[in-house]
Amino acid sequence: MTNQQTFKIAIASGKGGTGKTTLSTNLAALIAEREEVVLVDLDVEEPNSGLFFNGTLVHEEDNHNMTPNWDESLCTLCGLCQEVCNFNAIIQLGTSILVYPKLCHSCYACSELCPVNALPMEPTQIGKLRDYKLGKLHYVESRLNIGEEQAVSSIAKTKKYVAEKYPNVSLAIFDSPPGTSCPVMEATKDADYVILVTEPTPFGFHDLKLAIETMHELKKSFGVVINRYGIGNDEVINYCKAEGIDILAKIPNSRQIAELYSEGHLIYPSFPEVKTALSNILEHCLSIKEGERI
Amino acid sequence: MKIAFTAAGKDWDAMIDPRFGRTEYIVIYDDSSDELSVIDNSAVKNEAHGAGTATSQKIFELSPDILITGNGPGDNAAKALEKMNMKIFVGAQDLTLKQALEAYRKGSLKEC
Repeated sequence: MTNQQTFKIAIASGKGGTGKTTLSTNLAALIAEREEVVLVDLDVEEPNSGLFFNGTLVHEEDNHNMTPNWDESLCTLCGLCQEVCNFNAIIQLGTSILVYPKLCHSCYACSELCPVNALPMEPTQIGKLRDYKLGKLHYVESRLNIGEEQAVSSIAKTKKYVAEKYPNVSLAIFDSPPGTSCPVMEATKDADYVILVTEPTPFGFHDLKLAIETMHELKKSFGVVINRYGIGNDEVINYCKAEGIDILAKIPNSRQIAELYSEGHLIYPSFPEVKTALSNILEHCLSIKEGERI
Repeated sequence: MKIAFTAAGKDWDAMIDPRFGRTEYIVIYDDSSDELSVIDNSAVKNEAHGAGTATSQKIFELSPDILITGNGPGDNAAKALEKMNMKIFVGAQDLTLKQALEAYRKGSLKEC
C-alpha cells in the first residue's frame, strides 16, 4: 500500500446521548483484538470513553489556551482591540481594558493588530491530555478543567498529538462532542470518514438533519448508524433512503445493552448481533479507506 | 440624574426586559430634562457569546447613575459594571418602566 497515513474515523451525532461513546469504544476494542488502533476522546468537556478501558497511563501533559494580557504601560487606549474582537472578549471602559479569557477564542486579532504591542498573548493552563495503553489499544483524551469553556484549542492539540505520536497506526477513531458547533467542526474537519450516530426518534431525526447539513458544509464523506433501533418511527430510515445516505448498521434497543454500558462494560462480547454490526461498519470504513465505495 | 432601564419596548408603558446582556432596548430617563432616550440593543441577538460584555460597554458609554433591570447582570457584565460609579437595582421584570421608576423611588427594588 502506498498510503501509510492513518485513516481517521470521526464518530459524531448532533443529538447527545445517541451512542457515540458506545460505538467508539466497542469499535476500537474490536479493532484492537487484531491490530493497533488509537481511540481519541475529543469530547473534552466530558470525555468518558476511558471509563471502558482500564489502561496504563503512558503520557500526560498540560493543555493551554492563548489569551491576551493587557500591558497598561504601553496602551494608548486607541480602542482597536475592542473593535476587532468578534467575541466581545475585550472591552474598553474609559481608561481601562478588560480582557475576558473565557470568552476569548484565541484568534490573536487584538494582539497582532495592536499598534503598540500592549496585548501580548500568554498561555493559561486549561486542562490535561492523557495517553493510555491497553494491549493494542491506545486511548488518548483531553479533559478541560471544570469551568473552562473553550474546547477548540484542546481538540486541535489532541489531534496533533495523535498524528505525531502514532503516525503508523492505520486506524484512529475520534469520539466527537455532540451538537454542530465549533468543537464538532474542529473534531470532524479532517476526518477521512464520519459516522453519525442517531436514534430513530423525532429528537434524533431533528438533530441528525443538522449534523448532516454540517457534514455537507465540511464536504465530508459520512454514513449513519441507527442506535436503539425499534423505538420511535421510520423517519430517519426514510430520510436516509431518500437522500441516498448509507445506513451502516442498526443497533437494537435493549435494556441489557443499557445495563452493560452503565456498568462500564463493552457490549459486543455479549451481543453477537452487535459484533456483526460493528464488523459491517468496520468493513464499510475499510472499503472507503481502500477507495472502493460500496 | 440619568436612570437606565433594560426594556422590551421604547416608552414608559414598555415592560422591563429581564435580561441584561440580551435586552432589546436600553432606555435612558434623564430627570433634569424629563426626557426618555432609546438605544436599540437588538443587534446583540446575533452574538453567540459576550452579550453581557457588549451591553456593559454600551452602558459605560451612556454613563447612567442608576440601572434598573430584571434578573441582574451575569458574572462577565458584573465585572465590567463594577468599574462604573453606578447603582444597580434588580427584580423589576414584571413591571413597566413607569412602575419600575415608581418602585425605585419608593425604595422597593433590591440593590445588587
